[in-house]
Amino acid sequence: MARTPDTAPPGTAPRAPAEPAGRPPRRRFRQTAGRQHHAGPLTYVLLVVAALVSLFPLYWNVVAASHTGDRVVQAPAPLLPGSRLLDNLSFAWDQVDMGEALVNTAIVASLVAASTVLFSTLAGFAFAKLPFKGRGMLLSLVVATMTIPPQLSVIPLYQIITDLGWFDQLQSVVLPSLVAAFGVFFMRQYLLEALPVELVEAARMDGAHSLRIIWHVVFPVARPAMAVLGMLVFVQAWNDFFWPFIALTPDGSPTLQVALAGLGAGNHTVDHAVVLTGALISTVPLLLVFAFLGKHIVGGITAGAVKS
Amino acid sequence: MATSVRAERGGTPPPAAPPSPASPHGRRTGPGGLRSRLYRWDVKAIPYVFIAPFFLTFAAFGLFPLLYTGWLSLHRVELGGTPEWKGLENYTSLATSEFFWTALTNTFTIGVISTVPQLLMALGLAHLLNYKLRGRGFFRVAVLAPYATSIAAATLVFAQLFNTDYGMINGVLDRIGVGPVDWNTSKWPAQIAISTIVTWRWTGYNALIYLAAMQAVPQDLYEAASLDGASRWRQFISVTIPSIRPTILFTVIVSTIGATQLFGEPMLYGGSVGISGGSGHQFQTLSLLMYEKGWVTGALGSASAIAWVMLALLLLIGGVQALVSRHNRKKLGG
Repeated sequence: MARTPDTAPPGTAPRAPAEPAGRPPRRRFRQTAGRQHHAGPLTYVLLVVAALVSLFPLYWNVVAASHTGDRVVQAPAPLLPGSRLLDNLSFAWDQVDMGEALVNTAIVASLVAASTVLFSTLAGFAFAKLPFKGRGMLLSLVVATMTIPPQLSVIPLYQIITDLGWFDQLQSVVLPSLVAAFGVFFMRQYLLEALPVELVEAARMDGAHSLRIIWHVVFPVARPAMAVLGMLVFVQAWNDFFWPFIALTPDGSPTLQVALAGLGAGNHTVDHAVVLTGALISTVPLLLVFAFLGKHIVGGITAGAVKS
Repeated sequence: MATSVRAERGGTPPPAAPPSPASPHGRRTGPGGLRSRLYRWDVKAIPYVFIAPFFLTFAAFGLFPLLYTGWLSLHRVELGGTPEWKGLENYTSLATSEFFWTALTNTFTIGVISTVPQLLMALGLAHLLNYKLRGRGFFRVAVLAPYATSIAAATLVFAQLFNTDYGMINGVLDRIGVGPVDWNTSKWPAQIAISTIVTWRWTGYNALIYLAAMQAVPQDLYEAASLDGASRWRQFISVTIPSIRPTILFTVIVSTIGATQLFGEPMLYGGSVGISGGSGHQFQTLSLLMYEKGWVTGALGSASAIAWVMLALLLLIGGVQALVSRHNRKKLGG
């Protein structure tokens, strides 16, 4: 992102004479982004293998979900899709309530993503651009909290939600995830570079109070990073397992992951084709998101990493 | 403060103009003016307002439970019962518990089997993706697809592929005259199968992180190296790896934290005996043991003690990693 302008310009000019004649000049600029040798055949072979290994289990999930349970547990394992996909889908949807789980998961993931993005942007802006006492110390604290595993808090949390009568209710998985340290740090790193402090000062000079500044200055600048963070958090919340597994039950109001855990333990059926149909239902929405927005997600992951 | 200095300089209107209430001058009409006080409060307090949601959420759902877990670990508590002071008894009984040591060892071995190959493969994959490629968008999204798959979905699929009797993996091994491997009840194959799920889900993600770091390595480093006659491999070892060392350390830390708390994969892989980590505890991790103690046995004190052991382990690992990175920095002469 903001990296390109510093690395691209003058340094590349002296190299020009050394380049073989006839190359299009724009390539020089691309080369500054890293070592960009052309890939040989072996590279392609290895990458195709990597892509196949990555995609095959997903493909096979479709295959297994389109056969009968008896066929799935019969050797040799099926390699091509069968004709039972719709039957399995309707069984999973009606008998196992995967439909309800899908709605629950969409609610939870959307709420968590929206609130994390909002609060992370506010906190990230404060840490990046506003002077206040204890800023450095508090930021280190934010980063340090990232290392604490959820195992350290689930026992008291379980008691709390039971006392409040929230057991097996969606708010028990939404509230603890309203904002994440990762998000705060991510937005801080982004705004540090992307938001010129002069913009904030100019707005203050015009008499804007902080909420106006947030709305008219910070949000417009932060929008790309907010979108990326929103997608990352959405994926994470969609797939979250440990705490939802404790706080919700497969037969109450489960998220997809909790419903799948119930299926895996043989709650409704031991028909493996139905179990894998459930897995497919939980995966397909995210894969669709990835298929359409994959490039942005890739960009978000890489941007977050380089800057940290 | 830079803000107010600028405001004064930039905001100076022509001397004759009367101060309008909207201009900064209107705000500075008197130290006691309401607007001025509001303005100063706004500037001073708003940063704390902005960071408050994070710290309140953390206090309520992170710090307080963490400390309370520590307090519980010194008690005998059953679900719904009154705590009874036990001192360090929960910890000493862990130290003599065979299940605890099995879980600790399993967490460590599964952690190593899943993390080391994962990060090495991710490095290699990043190196490949860093070439000028046709269809590189496709390759990047393809290797990231496992990351979009949930623990539960991935584990249920792999449990079928690894099934000892009819699974495709034993089918392939049979073709080449190996097997059948017992991927469930024998310890190492089961641990390898579980590690495979972890590796499958995270290799592409880590590769993309490495790729981004590699693309930020200045080109002249490679030019200098190739002028010195360094081969591509040599450049990878002595330019790429040292340049992206902070990123490598970052992924090592994240993967270690993930490995320490491994739960969903072994649980769902084990099916009906998942919580005990297989019929012979052959892949029970610390997290699973904690869950079993807390929610199956109902011994919350014991479960809390396990949670704090995990925290101690993470602090220990963090300390070692900090030492290693400081040592590395010294060695580089930084």
